[in-house]
Amino acid sequence: MAVSNVDGTTEGGGYALTASNLQVWYGGFHAVSDVSMEVPTHRITAMIGPSGCGKSTLLRTFNRMNDLVDVARVEGSVHYRGVDIYGPDVDPVEVRRRIGMVFQKPNPFPKSIFENVAWGARIHGFKGDMEQLVEDCLRRVVLWDEVKDKLNQSGLSLSGGQQQRLCIARAIAVQPDIVLMDEPCSALDPIATLHIEELMRDLAAQYTIVVVTHNMQQAARVSDYTAFFSVIPETRTGELVEVGPTDMIFDSPDNPRTNDYITGRFG
Amino acid sequence: MSVKPGAEFLTGGLGIEMDSRRGLGRRRRPFEQFMHGALWLCGAISILTTIGIVYMLGQEALLFFRREEVRLLDFLTGWTWQPQTLQFGIWPLVNATMGASLIAMALALPLGLLIAIYLSEYASFKARRILKPILEVLAGIPTVVYGYFALTFVTPILRNMFGVEVVEIFNIASAGLVIGVLVLPTVTSMSEDALRAVPVALREAAVGLGATKLETSVRVVVPAALSGISAAFIVAMSRAVGETMIVAVAAGAGPRNFADWSEALGGLRALNPFQSAETMTGHIVRISGGDISYDSLDYDSLFAIGLLLFLMTLGLNIFSRAIASRFRERYD
Ligand SMILES: Nc1ncnc2c1ncn2[C@@H]1O[C@H](COP(=O)(O)OP(=O)(O)O)[C@@H](O)[C@H]1O
Ligand SMILES: [Mg+2]
Repeated sequence: MAVSNVDGTTEGGGYALTASNLQVWYGGFHAVSDVSMEVPTHRITAMIGPSGCGKSTLLRTFNRMNDLVDVARVEGSVHYRGVDIYGPDVDPVEVRRRIGMVFQKPNPFPKSIFENVAWGARIHGFKGDMEQLVEDCLRRVVLWDEVKDKLNQSGLSLSGGQQQRLCIARAIAVQPDIVLMDEPCSALDPIATLHIEELMRDLAAQYTIVVVTHNMQQAARVSDYTAFFSVIPETRTGELVEVGPTDMIFDSPDNPRTNDYITGRFG
Repeated sequence: MSVKPGAEFLTGGLGIEMDSRRGLGRRRRPFEQFMHGALWLCGAISILTTIGIVYMLGQEALLFFRREEVRLLDFLTGWTWQPQTLQFGIWPLVNATMGASLIAMALALPLGLLIAIYLSEYASFKARRILKPILEVLAGIPTVVYGYFALTFVTPILRNMFGVEVVEIFNIASAGLVIGVLVLPTVTSMSEDALRAVPVALREAAVGLGATKLETSVRVVVPAALSGISAAFIVAMSRAVGETMIVAVAAGAGPRNFADWSEALGGLRALNPFQSAETMTGHIVRISGGDISYDSLDYDSLFAIGLLLFLMTLGLNIFSRAIASRFRERYD
Protein backbone atom coordinates (compact mmCIF):
# COMPACT_ATOMS: atom_id res chain seq x y z
CA MET A 1 0.00 0.00 0.00
CA ALA A 2 2.95 2.34 0.62
CA VAL A 3 4.50 4.05 -2.35
CA SER A 4 6.93 1.56 -3.80
CA ASN A 5 9.72 3.59 -5.29
CA VAL A 6 12.02 6.00 -3.61
CA ASP A 7 12.96 7.43 -6.99
CA GLY A 8 9.39 8.48 -7.41
CA THR A 9 8.13 6.46 -10.33
CA THR A 10 4.67 6.26 -8.88
CA GLU A 11 1.62 7.25 -10.78
CA GLY A 12 1.73 10.96 -11.27
CA GLY A 13 5.32 10.78 -12.49
CA GLY A 14 7.40 11.23 -9.37
CA TYR A 15 4.94 13.63 -7.84
CA ALA A 16 2.92 12.59 -4.84
CA LEU A 17 0.55 15.50 -5.36
CA THR A 18 -0.13 17.76 -8.29
CA ALA A 19 -2.21 20.85 -7.64
CA SER A 20 -3.64 22.60 -10.69
CA ASN A 21 -5.27 26.01 -10.67
CA LEU A 22 -6.33 25.65 -7.05
CA GLN A 23 -8.49 28.41 -5.67
CA VAL A 24 -10.07 28.62 -2.24
CA TRP A 25 -12.84 30.86 -1.00
CA TYR A 26 -14.18 31.32 2.50
CA GLY A 27 -17.67 32.53 1.75
CA GLY A 28 -17.08 35.62 -0.38
CA PHE A 29 -13.42 35.97 0.65
CA HIS A 30 -10.96 34.78 -1.98
CA ALA A 31 -8.29 33.24 0.26
CA VAL A 32 -6.03 31.49 -2.24
CA SER A 33 -5.72 32.26 -5.90
CA ASP A 34 -4.69 29.99 -8.70
CA VAL A 35 -1.98 27.78 -7.24
CA SER A 36 -0.36 25.17 -9.46
CA MET A 37 2.50 23.16 -8.00
CA GLU A 38 3.88 19.67 -7.61
CA VAL A 39 4.89 17.86 -4.47
CA PRO A 40 7.71 15.43 -5.26
CA THR A 41 7.47 11.93 -3.85
CA HIS A 42 9.64 11.14 -0.80
CA ARG A 43 10.88 14.66 -0.49
CA ILE A 44 10.17 17.41 2.00
CA THR A 45 8.39 20.35 0.49
CA ALA A 46 8.24 23.49 2.62
CA MET A 47 5.61 26.20 2.24
CA ILE A 48 6.74 29.58 3.48
CA GLY A 49 5.29 33.05 3.39
CA PRO A 50 3.90 35.77 5.62
CA SER A 51 1.11 35.06 8.06
CA GLY A 52 -2.33 35.01 6.50
CA CYS A 53 -1.15 34.21 2.97
CA GLY A 54 -3.11 30.97 2.92
CA LYS A 55 -0.45 28.34 3.66
CA SER A 56 -2.64 26.46 6.11
CA THR A 57 -5.63 26.84 3.83
CA LEU A 58 -3.70 25.36 0.92
CA LEU A 59 -2.26 22.55 3.02
CA ARG A 60 -5.73 21.62 4.14
CA THR A 61 -6.92 21.37 0.55
CA PHE A 62 -4.33 18.63 0.04
CA ASN A 63 -6.29 16.14 2.14
CA ARG A 64 -9.73 17.72 2.03
CA MET A 65 -9.60 18.91 5.62
CA ASN A 66 -11.29 22.05 4.35
CA ASP A 67 -14.45 20.01 3.95
CA LEU A 68 -14.86 20.54 7.70
CA VAL A 69 -15.22 24.28 7.19
CA ASP A 70 -18.76 24.94 6.04
CA VAL A 71 -18.01 28.16 4.19
CA ALA A 72 -14.89 26.91 2.43
CA ARG A 73 -15.13 26.30 -1.32
CA VAL A 74 -12.38 24.83 -3.49
CA GLU A 75 -11.90 25.07 -7.25
CA GLY A 76 -9.26 23.42 -9.40
CA SER A 77 -7.82 19.98 -8.82
CA VAL A 78 -5.37 18.07 -6.66
CA HIS A 79 -4.18 14.87 -8.23
CA TYR A 80 -2.97 12.08 -6.01
CA ARG A 81 -1.79 8.91 -7.76
CA GLY A 82 -3.52 9.99 -10.92
CA VAL A 83 -6.86 10.66 -9.24
CA ASP A 84 -8.33 14.08 -8.61
CA ILE A 85 -9.15 14.03 -4.90
CA TYR A 86 -11.91 16.55 -5.60
CA GLY A 87 -13.44 14.21 -8.17
CA PRO A 88 -17.08 13.25 -7.75
CA ASP A 89 -16.44 9.59 -6.84
CA VAL A 90 -13.72 10.24 -4.29
CA ASP A 91 -14.36 9.53 -0.62
CA PRO A 92 -12.68 12.23 1.48
CA VAL A 93 -12.34 9.80 4.39
CA GLU A 94 -10.18 7.55 2.24
CA VAL A 95 -8.16 10.54 1.08
CA ARG A 96 -7.34 11.52 4.66
CA ARG A 97 -6.41 8.00 5.58
CA ARG A 98 -3.65 8.12 2.94
CA ILE A 99 -2.74 11.75 3.37
CA GLY A 100 -2.31 12.34 7.09
CA MET A 101 -1.94 15.55 9.00
CA VAL A 102 0.02 16.95 11.94
CA PHE A 103 -1.23 20.19 13.40
CA GLN A 104 0.28 23.39 14.67
CA LYS A 105 -0.68 22.83 18.28
CA PRO A 106 -0.06 19.27 19.48
CA ASN A 107 -3.50 17.69 19.84
CA PRO A 108 -3.20 14.24 21.37
CA PHE A 109 -6.46 12.57 22.29
CA PRO A 110 -7.25 12.66 26.01
CA LYS A 111 -6.53 8.93 26.03
CA SER A 112 -3.51 6.87 27.00
CA ILE A 113 -0.27 7.12 25.03
CA PHE A 114 -0.90 3.62 23.73
CA GLU A 115 -4.47 4.42 22.66
CA ASN A 116 -3.34 7.57 20.90
CA VAL A 117 -1.12 5.60 18.56
CA ALA A 118 -3.48 2.66 18.25
CA TRP A 119 -6.61 4.74 17.64
CA GLY A 120 -6.31 5.34 13.91
CA ALA A 121 -5.12 1.82 13.14
CA ARG A 122 -7.97 0.41 15.17
CA ILE A 123 -10.72 2.30 13.39
CA HIS A 124 -9.25 1.13 10.10
CA GLY A 125 -9.62 -2.45 11.27
CA PHE A 126 -5.92 -3.20 11.82
CA LYS A 127 -5.72 -6.93 12.53
CA GLY A 128 -2.02 -7.37 13.27
CA ASP A 129 -0.09 -7.11 16.51
CA MET A 130 -1.20 -3.78 17.93
CA GLU A 131 1.48 -3.67 20.61
CA GLN A 132 4.15 -4.17 17.99
CA LEU A 133 2.66 -1.46 15.80
CA VAL A 134 2.54 1.00 18.68
CA GLU A 135 6.12 0.23 19.63
CA ASP A 136 7.33 0.54 16.04
CA CYS A 137 5.63 3.88 15.55
CA LEU A 138 6.89 5.25 18.85
CA ARG A 139 10.43 4.10 18.02
CA ARG A 140 10.11 5.70 14.61
CA VAL A 141 9.48 9.08 16.22
CA VAL A 142 12.20 8.47 18.84
CA LEU A 143 9.72 8.56 21.70
CA TRP A 144 9.73 4.92 22.74
CA ASP A 145 12.48 5.11 25.36
CA GLU A 146 10.82 8.07 27.02
CA VAL A 147 7.36 6.56 27.27
CA LYS A 148 7.75 2.79 27.24
CA ASP A 149 7.17 2.57 30.99
CA LYS A 150 4.07 4.73 31.01
CA LEU A 151 2.06 3.74 27.97
CA ASN A 152 -1.11 3.83 30.05
CA GLN A 153 -0.70 7.42 31.08
CA SER A 154 -2.60 10.15 29.31
CA GLY A 155 -1.00 11.52 26.17
CA LEU A 156 -1.59 14.94 27.65
CA SER A 157 0.83 14.22 30.49
CA LEU A 158 3.75 14.55 28.05
CA SER A 159 5.70 17.72 27.28
CA GLY A 160 4.83 19.76 24.19
CA GLY A 161 7.63 18.30 22.09
CA GLN A 162 6.79 14.77 23.19
CA GLN A 163 3.11 15.38 22.44
CA GLN A 164 3.98 16.50 18.94
CA ARG A 165 6.08 13.38 18.37
CA LEU A 166 3.18 11.35 19.71
CA CYS A 167 0.92 13.04 17.16
CA ILE A 168 3.38 12.15 14.39
CA ALA A 169 3.49 8.55 15.63
CA ARG A 170 -0.29 8.52 15.60
CA ALA A 171 -0.30 9.84 12.03
CA ILE A 172 2.15 7.25 10.68
CA ALA A 173 0.42 4.39 12.52
CA VAL A 174 -2.26 4.38 9.82
CA GLN A 175 0.50 4.03 7.20
CA PRO A 176 -0.18 7.06 5.06
CA ASP A 177 1.69 7.97 1.87
CA ILE A 178 1.91 11.63 2.61
CA VAL A 179 2.16 13.53 5.87
CA LEU A 180 1.07 17.16 5.91
CA MET A 181 2.47 19.24 8.75
CA ASP A 182 1.13 22.68 9.61
CA GLU A 183 3.82 24.58 11.53
CA PRO A 184 4.53 21.51 13.64
CA CYS A 185 7.23 23.27 15.68
CA SER A 186 5.71 26.66 16.28
CA ALA A 187 4.47 25.73 19.74
CA LEU A 188 7.74 24.05 20.74
CA ASP A 189 11.03 25.09 22.32
CA PRO A 190 14.25 25.04 20.23
CA ILE A 191 15.45 21.63 21.43
CA ALA A 192 12.10 20.00 20.73
CA THR A 193 12.08 21.77 17.37
CA LEU A 194 15.44 20.25 16.54
CA HIS A 195 14.12 16.79 17.39
CA ILE A 196 11.13 17.21 15.13
CA GLU A 197 13.32 18.49 12.29
CA GLU A 198 15.62 15.49 12.55
CA LEU A 199 12.58 13.28 12.62
CA MET A 200 11.20 14.88 9.46
CA ARG A 201 14.46 14.21 7.59
CA ASP A 202 14.33 10.66 8.80
CA LEU A 203 10.70 10.16 7.80
CA ALA A 204 11.26 11.52 4.31
CA ALA A 205 12.83 8.21 3.29
CA GLN A 206 9.46 6.58 3.65
CA TYR A 207 6.88 9.33 3.36
CA THR A 208 6.27 12.39 1.29
CA ILE A 209 6.18 15.39 3.58
CA VAL A 210 4.70 18.83 3.09
CA VAL A 211 5.49 21.24 5.88
CA VAL A 212 4.21 24.74 6.46
CA THR A 213 6.59 26.91 8.39
CA HIS A 214 7.02 30.58 9.11
CA ASN A 215 10.61 29.90 10.10
CA MET A 216 12.86 30.35 7.10
CA GLN A 217 15.88 28.76 8.69
CA GLN A 218 13.76 25.72 9.27
CA ALA A 219 12.69 25.60 5.66
CA ALA A 220 16.32 25.95 4.60
CA ARG A 221 17.48 23.26 7.02
CA VAL A 222 14.93 20.53 6.39
CA SER A 223 13.30 20.92 3.02
CA ASP A 224 14.25 19.76 -0.45
CA TYR A 225 11.74 21.99 -2.19
CA THR A 226 10.32 25.31 -1.13
CA ALA A 227 7.19 27.11 -2.22
CA PHE A 228 6.99 30.79 -1.41
CA PHE A 229 3.59 32.40 -1.01
CA SER A 230 2.58 35.98 -0.61
CA VAL A 231 -0.55 38.09 -0.28
CA ILE A 232 -1.95 40.51 -2.78
CA PRO A 233 -2.20 43.58 -0.50
CA GLU A 234 -5.47 45.02 -1.85
CA THR A 235 -7.54 41.83 -1.63
CA ARG A 236 -5.59 39.85 1.03
CA THR A 237 -5.70 36.95 -1.40
CA GLY A 238 -2.80 34.53 -1.14
CA GLU A 239 -0.79 33.54 -4.19
CA LEU A 240 2.13 31.31 -5.04
CA VAL A 241 5.15 33.44 -5.91
CA GLU A 242 7.57 30.73 -6.79
CA VAL A 243 8.43 27.14 -6.10
CA GLY A 244 11.62 25.16 -6.69
CA PRO A 245 14.52 23.35 -5.07
CA THR A 246 15.23 24.90 -1.68
CA ASP A 247 18.84 25.84 -2.58
CA MET A 248 17.65 27.73 -5.58
CA ILE A 249 14.85 29.56 -3.74
CA PHE A 250 17.21 30.66 -1.01
CA ASP A 251 20.34 31.39 -3.09
CA SER A 252 19.06 32.72 -6.37
CA PRO A 253 15.32 33.29 -6.36
CA ASP A 254 13.76 34.34 -9.63
CA ASN A 255 11.35 36.71 -8.06
CA PRO A 256 12.58 39.81 -6.22
CA ARG A 257 9.71 39.45 -3.73
CA THR A 258 11.07 36.08 -2.66
CA ASN A 259 14.47 37.62 -2.21
CA ASP A 260 13.03 40.43 -0.11
CA TYR A 261 11.23 38.00 2.11
CA ILE A 262 14.07 35.60 2.75
CA THR A 263 16.54 38.38 3.38
CA GLY A 264 14.11 39.92 5.83
CA ARG A 265 13.30 42.99 3.80
CA PHE A 266 9.64 42.26 3.66
CA GLY A 267 7.01 44.85 3.03
CA MET B 1 13.90 50.55 23.86
CA SER B 2 12.75 54.14 23.94
CA VAL B 3 9.61 55.43 25.59
CA LYS B 4 6.87 55.88 23.09
CA PRO B 5 5.97 59.48 22.41
CA GLY B 6 2.51 59.94 23.78
CA ALA B 7 3.11 57.99 26.95
CA GLU B 8 3.72 61.29 28.64
CA PHE B 9 0.58 62.67 27.12
CA LEU B 10 -1.40 59.75 28.49
CA THR B 11 -0.35 60.18 32.10
CA GLY B 12 0.00 63.91 32.27
CA GLY B 13 -2.17 65.40 29.58
CA LEU B 14 -5.35 63.53 30.48
CA GLY B 15 -5.07 64.50 34.10
CA ILE B 16 -4.41 61.03 35.42
CA GLU B 17 -1.89 61.84 38.13
CA MET B 18 0.12 59.02 39.57
CA ASP B 19 0.36 59.69 43.28
CA SER B 20 3.97 58.90 43.93
CA ARG B 21 3.78 59.38 47.68
CA ARG B 22 1.32 56.52 48.13
CA GLY B 23 3.67 54.23 46.23
CA LEU B 24 3.20 50.54 46.87
CA GLY B 25 1.33 50.91 50.15
CA ARG B 26 -1.82 48.89 50.70
CA ARG B 27 -4.93 50.68 49.50
CA ARG B 28 -8.46 50.44 50.66
CA ARG B 29 -10.91 49.32 48.03
CA PRO B 30 -14.31 49.53 49.70
CA PHE B 31 -16.30 48.42 46.70
CA GLU B 32 -14.14 45.32 46.21
CA GLN B 33 -14.59 44.46 49.87
CA PHE B 34 -18.32 45.05 49.67
CA MET B 35 -18.67 42.79 46.62
CA HIS B 36 -16.52 40.13 48.23
CA GLY B 37 -18.85 40.10 51.20
CA ALA B 38 -22.00 40.18 49.09
CA LEU B 39 -20.87 37.26 46.95
CA TRP B 40 -19.88 35.30 50.03
CA LEU B 41 -23.36 35.90 51.39
CA CYS B 42 -24.96 34.52 48.22
CA GLY B 43 -22.90 31.36 48.54
CA ALA B 44 -23.77 31.10 52.21
CA ILE B 45 -27.50 31.46 51.54
CA SER B 46 -27.57 28.48 49.20
CA ILE B 47 -25.71 26.35 51.72
CA LEU B 48 -27.90 27.52 54.58
CA THR B 49 -31.05 26.74 52.62
CA THR B 50 -29.87 23.19 52.07
CA ILE B 51 -28.95 22.80 55.70
CA GLY B 52 -32.31 24.22 56.72
CA ILE B 53 -34.23 21.78 54.55
CA VAL B 54 -32.26 18.80 55.79
CA TYR B 55 -32.70 19.94 59.37
CA MET B 56 -36.44 20.39 58.98
CA LEU B 57 -36.83 17.02 57.25
CA GLY B 58 -34.70 15.31 59.86
CA GLN B 59 -36.59 16.88 62.75
CA GLU B 60 -39.99 15.85 61.48
CA ALA B 61 -38.81 12.42 60.39
CA LEU B 62 -37.40 11.89 63.85
CA LEU B 63 -40.85 12.54 65.31
CA PHE B 64 -42.11 9.73 63.10
CA PHE B 65 -39.46 7.21 64.04
CA ARG B 66 -39.81 8.07 67.76
CA ARG B 67 -43.43 6.94 67.80
CA GLU B 68 -43.96 3.58 69.39
CA GLU B 69 -46.12 2.31 66.51
CA VAL B 70 -43.16 2.67 64.16
CA ARG B 71 -40.14 0.44 63.94
CA LEU B 72 -37.20 1.58 61.84
CA LEU B 73 -36.34 -1.91 60.70
CA ASP B 74 -39.86 -2.50 59.39
CA PHE B 75 -39.74 0.86 57.64
CA LEU B 76 -36.50 -0.02 55.88
CA THR B 77 -37.35 -3.59 54.94
CA GLY B 78 -41.13 -3.89 54.76
CA TRP B 79 -43.18 -4.36 51.60
CA THR B 80 -46.49 -3.06 52.90
CA TRP B 81 -47.34 0.59 53.24
CA GLN B 82 -50.69 0.79 54.92
CA PRO B 83 -51.02 3.57 57.50
CA GLN B 84 -54.54 2.45 58.43
CA THR B 85 -53.12 -0.80 59.79
CA LEU B 86 -49.96 0.89 61.05
CA GLN B 87 -47.79 -0.85 58.48
CA PHE B 88 -45.03 1.43 57.28
CA GLY B 89 -42.80 -0.61 54.95
CA ILE B 90 -41.25 1.80 52.49
CA TRP B 91 -40.39 -0.61 49.65
CA PRO B 92 -43.64 -0.41 47.65
CA LEU B 93 -43.13 3.35 47.32
CA VAL B 94 -39.38 3.14 46.64
CA ASN B 95 -39.97 0.40 44.11
CA ALA B 96 -42.49 2.50 42.17
CA THR B 97 -40.21 5.55 42.25
CA MET B 98 -37.24 3.57 40.98
CA GLY B 99 -39.32 1.83 38.33
CA ALA B 100 -40.72 5.06 36.91
CA SER B 101 -37.31 6.77 37.04
CA LEU B 102 -35.49 3.90 35.36
CA ILE B 103 -38.04 3.78 32.56
CA ALA B 104 -37.71 7.55 32.21
CA MET B 105 -33.92 7.38 32.01
CA ALA B 106 -33.97 4.40 29.67
CA LEU B 107 -35.84 6.66 27.28
CA ALA B 108 -34.23 10.02 27.96
CA LEU B 109 -30.57 9.12 28.23
CA PRO B 110 -30.01 7.38 24.87
CA LEU B 111 -32.47 9.58 23.01
CA GLY B 112 -31.19 12.77 24.60
CA LEU B 113 -27.58 11.84 23.89
CA LEU B 114 -28.36 11.00 20.28
CA ILE B 115 -30.19 14.29 19.79
CA ALA B 116 -27.27 16.10 21.42
CA ILE B 117 -24.78 14.38 19.11
CA TYR B 118 -26.95 15.28 16.16
CA LEU B 119 -27.24 18.91 17.22
CA SER B 120 -23.58 19.35 18.04
CA GLU B 121 -21.88 17.30 15.32
CA TYR B 122 -24.26 16.88 12.41
CA ALA B 123 -27.04 19.44 12.30
CA SER B 124 -26.80 22.37 9.95
CA PHE B 125 -27.27 25.82 11.34
CA LYS B 126 -30.83 25.82 10.07
CA ALA B 127 -31.78 22.46 11.56
CA ARG B 128 -30.46 23.61 14.92
CA ARG B 129 -32.45 26.78 14.73
CA ILE B 130 -35.65 24.80 14.31
CA LEU B 131 -34.97 21.95 16.71
CA LYS B 132 -33.63 23.83 19.71
CA PRO B 133 -36.74 26.00 20.33
CA ILE B 134 -38.95 22.93 20.02
CA LEU B 135 -36.97 21.24 22.76
CA GLU B 136 -37.23 24.36 24.87
CA VAL B 137 -40.99 24.39 24.49
CA LEU B 138 -41.01 20.79 25.68
CA ALA B 139 -39.27 21.93 28.84
CA GLY B 140 -41.89 24.61 29.44
CA ILE B 141 -45.01 22.44 29.43
CA PRO B 142 -46.60 22.21 32.91
CA THR B 143 -46.13 18.79 34.43
CA VAL B 144 -49.83 18.34 35.10
CA VAL B 145 -50.39 18.53 31.35
CA TYR B 146 -47.76 15.84 30.95
CA GLY B 147 -49.69 13.80 33.51
CA TYR B 148 -52.86 13.86 31.46
CA PHE B 149 -50.84 13.27 28.32
CA ALA B 150 -49.61 10.06 29.94
CA LEU B 151 -53.06 9.02 31.07
CA THR B 152 -55.08 9.83 27.97
CA PHE B 153 -52.52 9.34 25.21
CA VAL B 154 -49.64 7.07 26.19
CA THR B 155 -51.62 4.62 28.31
CA PRO B 156 -54.15 3.83 25.54
CA ILE B 157 -51.26 3.23 23.15
CA LEU B 158 -49.61 0.85 25.61
CA ARG B 159 -52.93 -0.93 26.18
CA ASN B 160 -53.34 -1.28 22.46
CA MET B 161 -49.84 -2.67 22.02
CA PHE B 162 -49.71 -5.09 24.95
CA GLY B 163 -53.41 -5.79 25.56
CA VAL B 164 -55.96 -4.29 27.95
CA GLU B 165 -55.74 -7.23 30.31
CA VAL B 166 -51.98 -6.75 30.66
CA VAL B 167 -51.80 -2.98 30.99
CA GLU B 168 -53.82 -1.34 33.74
CA ILE B 169 -55.30 2.13 33.28
CA PHE B 170 -52.96 3.54 35.86
CA ASN B 171 -49.47 2.18 35.40
CA ILE B 172 -45.82 2.92 35.99
CA ALA B 173 -44.69 2.46 32.38
CA SER B 174 -46.81 5.26 30.97
CA ALA B 175 -45.80 7.68 33.74
CA GLY B 176 -42.15 6.69 33.36
CA LEU B 177 -42.11 7.22 29.61
CA VAL B 178 -43.65 10.65 29.94
CA ILE B 179 -41.20 11.62 32.68
CA GLY B 180 -38.57 10.60 30.14
CA VAL B 181 -40.02 13.11 27.70
CA LEU B 182 -40.08 15.71 30.45
CA VAL B 183 -36.37 15.36 31.26
CA LEU B 184 -35.33 14.92 27.62
CA PRO B 185 -34.62 18.64 27.08
CA THR B 186 -32.40 18.69 30.16
CA VAL B 187 -30.38 15.70 29.01
CA THR B 188 -30.16 17.08 25.49
CA SER B 189 -29.11 20.61 26.22
CA MET B 190 -26.61 19.74 28.95
CA SER B 191 -25.06 16.99 26.84
CA GLU B 192 -24.93 19.25 23.82
CA ASP B 193 -23.08 21.89 25.81
CA ALA B 194 -20.59 19.26 26.94
CA LEU B 195 -20.07 18.01 23.38
CA ARG B 196 -19.62 21.50 21.99
CA ALA B 197 -17.02 22.27 24.62
CA VAL B 198 -14.73 19.56 23.22
CA PRO B 199 -11.96 21.37 21.30
CA VAL B 200 -12.19 21.39 17.50
CA ALA B 201 -8.54 20.29 17.47
CA LEU B 202 -9.56 16.85 18.75
CA ARG B 203 -12.12 16.44 16.01
CA GLU B 204 -9.56 17.53 13.44
CA ALA B 205 -7.06 15.02 14.82
CA ALA B 206 -9.54 12.20 14.34
CA VAL B 207 -10.73 13.32 10.92
CA GLY B 208 -7.09 13.78 9.84
CA LEU B 209 -6.50 10.11 10.62
CA GLY B 210 -9.23 9.12 8.20
CA ALA B 211 -12.01 8.71 10.75
CA THR B 212 -15.60 9.09 9.62
CA LYS B 213 -17.87 11.56 11.29
CA LEU B 214 -19.52 8.82 13.30
CA GLU B 215 -16.19 7.42 14.50
CA THR B 216 -15.06 10.89 15.44
CA SER B 217 -18.25 11.64 17.35
CA VAL B 218 -18.59 8.36 19.17
CA ARG B 219 -14.96 7.52 19.87
CA VAL B 220 -13.43 10.93 20.48
CA VAL B 221 -16.01 13.61 21.18
CA VAL B 222 -18.40 11.67 23.41
CA PRO B 223 -15.68 10.16 25.65
CA ALA B 224 -14.09 13.58 26.04
CA ALA B 225 -17.45 15.05 27.02
CA LEU B 226 -18.32 12.26 29.43
CA SER B 227 -18.10 14.28 32.61
CA GLY B 228 -20.57 16.84 31.29
CA ILE B 229 -22.84 14.10 29.98
CA SER B 230 -22.86 12.39 33.35
CA ALA B 231 -23.75 15.69 34.98
CA ALA B 232 -26.73 15.82 32.62
CA PHE B 233 -27.62 12.32 33.68
CA ILE B 234 -27.46 13.20 37.38
CA VAL B 235 -29.64 16.26 37.02
CA ALA B 236 -32.19 14.41 34.89
CA MET B 237 -32.28 11.41 37.21
CA SER B 238 -32.79 13.60 40.27
CA ARG B 239 -35.56 15.37 38.44
CA ALA B 240 -37.18 12.06 37.49
CA VAL B 241 -36.99 10.69 41.02
CA GLY B 242 -38.58 13.86 42.38
CA GLU B 243 -41.22 14.24 39.68
CA THR B 244 -44.66 14.36 41.24
CA MET B 245 -47.57 15.49 39.08
CA ILE B 246 -47.12 12.96 36.32
CA VAL B 247 -47.06 10.00 38.67
CA ALA B 248 -49.89 11.41 40.75
CA VAL B 249 -52.10 11.60 37.69
CA ALA B 250 -51.05 8.54 35.70
CA ALA B 251 -49.33 5.95 37.90
CA GLY B 252 -51.99 5.07 40.42
CA ALA B 253 -53.40 6.14 43.76
CA GLY B 254 -52.32 3.46 46.15
CA PRO B 255 -49.11 1.58 46.99
CA ARG B 256 -48.59 -1.79 45.33
CA ASN B 257 -48.13 -3.77 48.54
CA PHE B 258 -46.72 -7.23 49.06
CA ALA B 259 -46.51 -9.38 52.16
CA ASP B 260 -42.77 -9.77 52.07
CA TRP B 261 -39.69 -9.93 49.82
CA SER B 262 -40.39 -13.37 48.46
CA GLU B 263 -43.90 -12.41 47.45
CA ALA B 264 -42.67 -9.17 45.92
CA LEU B 265 -39.86 -10.70 43.91
CA GLY B 266 -41.45 -14.08 43.23
CA GLY B 267 -42.26 -14.02 39.53
CA LEU B 268 -40.86 -10.49 39.55
CA ARG B 269 -44.33 -9.21 40.38
CA ALA B 270 -43.06 -6.04 42.00
CA LEU B 271 -41.25 -5.14 38.80
CA ASN B 272 -44.26 -5.31 36.48
CA PRO B 273 -44.38 -1.83 34.91
CA PHE B 274 -47.91 -2.27 33.57
CA GLN B 275 -49.63 -2.31 36.94
CA SER B 276 -50.58 0.66 39.01
CA ALA B 277 -48.36 1.71 41.88
CA GLU B 278 -47.82 4.78 43.97
CA THR B 279 -44.43 6.45 44.11
CA MET B 280 -42.93 8.23 47.09
CA THR B 281 -43.80 11.65 45.71
CA GLY B 282 -47.20 10.47 44.51
CA HIS B 283 -48.02 9.26 48.00
CA ILE B 284 -46.87 12.50 49.59
CA VAL B 285 -49.13 14.70 47.45
CA ARG B 286 -52.12 12.41 47.78
CA ILE B 287 -51.93 12.25 51.55
CA SER B 288 -51.10 15.89 52.07
CA GLY B 289 -53.81 16.86 49.59
CA GLY B 290 -56.51 15.22 51.75
CA ASP B 291 -57.51 16.62 55.11
CA ILE B 292 -54.70 15.66 57.32
CA SER B 293 -54.14 16.82 60.86
CA TYR B 294 -50.80 18.15 61.88
CA ASP B 295 -49.29 15.90 64.47
CA SER B 296 -50.88 12.76 63.05
CA LEU B 297 -48.92 9.67 62.20
CA ASP B 298 -49.72 10.06 58.51
CA TYR B 299 -48.36 13.57 58.53
CA ASP B 300 -45.11 12.59 60.19
CA SER B 301 -44.65 9.65 57.86
CA LEU B 302 -44.53 12.00 54.88
CA PHE B 303 -41.34 13.57 56.23
CA ALA B 304 -39.73 10.18 56.62
CA ILE B 305 -40.49 9.54 52.95
CA GLY B 306 -39.20 12.99 52.05
CA LEU B 307 -35.96 12.43 53.92
CA LEU B 308 -35.40 9.12 52.20
CA LEU B 309 -36.10 10.73 48.82
CA PHE B 310 -33.49 13.34 49.58
CA LEU B 311 -30.95 10.71 50.61
CA MET B 312 -31.65 8.75 47.43
CA THR B 313 -30.94 11.67 45.12
CA LEU B 314 -27.88 12.53 47.18
CA GLY B 315 -26.64 8.95 46.87
CA LEU B 316 -27.28 8.96 43.13
CA ASN B 317 -25.33 12.17 42.85
CA ILE B 318 -22.30 10.83 44.67
CA PHE B 319 -22.44 7.51 42.85
CA SER B 320 -22.65 9.03 39.35
CA ARG B 321 -19.86 11.45 40.11
CA ALA B 322 -17.63 8.61 41.20
CA ILE B 323 -18.42 6.66 38.03
CA ALA B 324 -17.83 9.68 35.82
CA SER B 325 -14.50 10.60 37.37
CA ARG B 326 -13.32 7.07 36.70
CA PHE B 327 -14.12 7.13 33.03
CA ARG B 328 -13.71 10.75 32.11
CA GLU B 329 -11.04 11.81 29.68
CA ARG B 330 -9.52 15.12 30.68
CA TYR B 331 -8.72 17.33 27.76
CA ASP B 332 -8.09 20.60 29.57
N1 LIG C 1 -12.29 29.09 8.59
C1 LIG C 1 -12.05 30.28 8.02
N2 LIG C 1 -13.07 31.10 7.71
C2 LIG C 1 -12.85 32.30 7.13
N3 LIG C 1 -11.64 32.77 6.82
C3 LIG C 1 -10.56 32.01 7.09
C4 LIG C 1 -10.72 30.73 7.71
N4 LIG C 1 -9.48 30.19 7.87
C5 LIG C 1 -8.61 31.09 7.37
N5 LIG C 1 -9.25 32.18 6.90
C6 LIG C 1 -8.62 33.35 6.27
O1 LIG C 1 -7.90 32.90 5.14
C7 LIG C 1 -6.66 33.56 5.05
C8 LIG C 1 -5.53 32.58 5.02
O2 LIG C 1 -5.46 31.95 6.29
P1 LIG C 1 -4.41 30.79 6.60
O3 LIG C 1 -4.53 29.76 5.56
O4 LIG C 1 -4.63 30.37 8.01
O5 LIG C 1 -3.01 31.57 6.47
P2 LIG C 1 -1.56 31.15 6.96
O6 LIG C 1 -1.61 29.73 7.40
O7 LIG C 1 -0.69 31.36 5.80
O8 LIG C 1 -1.22 32.07 8.07
C9 LIG C 1 -6.59 34.54 6.22
O9 LIG C 1 -6.97 35.80 5.76
C10 LIG C 1 -7.61 34.00 7.19
O10 LIG C 1 -8.19 35.04 7.92
MG1 LIG D 1 -1.30 28.84 9.34
